[in-house]
Amino acid sequence: MYVLVAGGGKVGANLARLLLRAHHEVTLLEQRNDRYSQLEEEFGHNVHHGDATELHVLERAGIERPPDLVLAVTGDDEDNVIICQLAKEKYGVPKVIARVNDPRNQAHFDLLGISPTVCATSNILALIEHEVPEHDLIHLLELRRENLEIVEVQITDDSPVAGQRVDTLRLPDGARLISVMRGSESEIAVGATELRAGDQVLAILQPGKEDELRRVLLKA
Amino acid sequence: MKAIVIGCGRVGSSIAKQLHKEGWDVTAVDEREEALERLGESWPGTFLVGHGMDVSVLREAGVEDADAVVVATDGDNTNLVVGQVVQKRFDIGCVVVRVLDPARAKFYEERGLRTVSPTSAAIEVLTDVVRSCIAREPQEVVG
Repeated sequence: MYVLVAGGGKVGANLARLLLRAHHEVTLLEQRNDRYSQLEEEFGHNVHHGDATELHVLERAGIERPPDLVLAVTGDDEDNVIICQLAKEKYGVPKVIARVNDPRNQAHFDLLGISPTVCATSNILALIEHEVPEHDLIHLLELRRENLEIVEVQITDDSPVAGQRVDTLRLPDGARLISVMRGSESEIAVGATELRAGDQVLAILQPGKEDELRRVLLKA
Repeated sequence: MKAIVIGCGRVGSSIAKQLHKEGWDVTAVDEREEALERLGESWPGTFLVGHGMDVSVLREAGVEDADAVVVATDGDNTNLVVGQVVQKRFDIGCVVVRVLDPARAKFYEERGLRTVSPTSAAIEVLTDVVRSCIAREPQEVVG
């Protein structure tokens, strides 16, 4: 596989190293002079010097072949967006992966159809939600293209829905229960399913409906 | 008519002042507070400190009912991303984006973004000036 890695910081350099070790063909692009000189000692002719948002730099790095994969992993979100758009739409690169540095920019990547993306901060936050018990609603999966997400909620002793059937719940529009896990047994949530304290409920919902769902299930 | 000018350097501030003079309601946005100095002490329009990538700043600037948005920060890629976000998310028909690199300007122009490349304009003007002084010389010899 031929991979073009744009951005030779810690992320890009480590990716390039691992991909080379796995016998892939890699070209690494780095803009800064001093960093490029450092990288050249390790990567030799596999690293090129230049701005990966400049067409002639990308072309010199072989983007017209095109690569099987472009990784836009610079420390600048705007640069990563442009690298992905040029790669996909100008040069027909079949697959791009973009790094999101500032989680507030995630919506821009989504709006412009750049997917998949990886954001370290968001990933750590998701882990915190998973690990820290105060977070009563856990994000399990984001289905970005569908604009849906799957969350897990644990029904508490004082939850207003403990003892109620699923078909009596006034769930928010854009939210549905998927399944109920009780002990080690799991069942699909249907109208007749009765919720009990301690149940772990999976729900699918549109992003932003979390608070409404939480109010119905937990009255936090 | 309402215009938002994002990036208030030499170019952005002049556009803001010119549009204001022509009767537009203008909001200028820049990351640096000092940029207000370029608009002059008596700037009657609105000035906001913030980044064009920040949707809350765009909203505060009134992007939802803007007739035109000019994106002219000193970063080509920032301008291209902000321009696309404004066009797609807020459905603004007149979005004008400054892009110094002619190659990127051309690519995004083809994808439906109104880009203006000062570099291309400078190249054309300078080349024309060279052509015109060469064209004039033989006449001087004859005269």
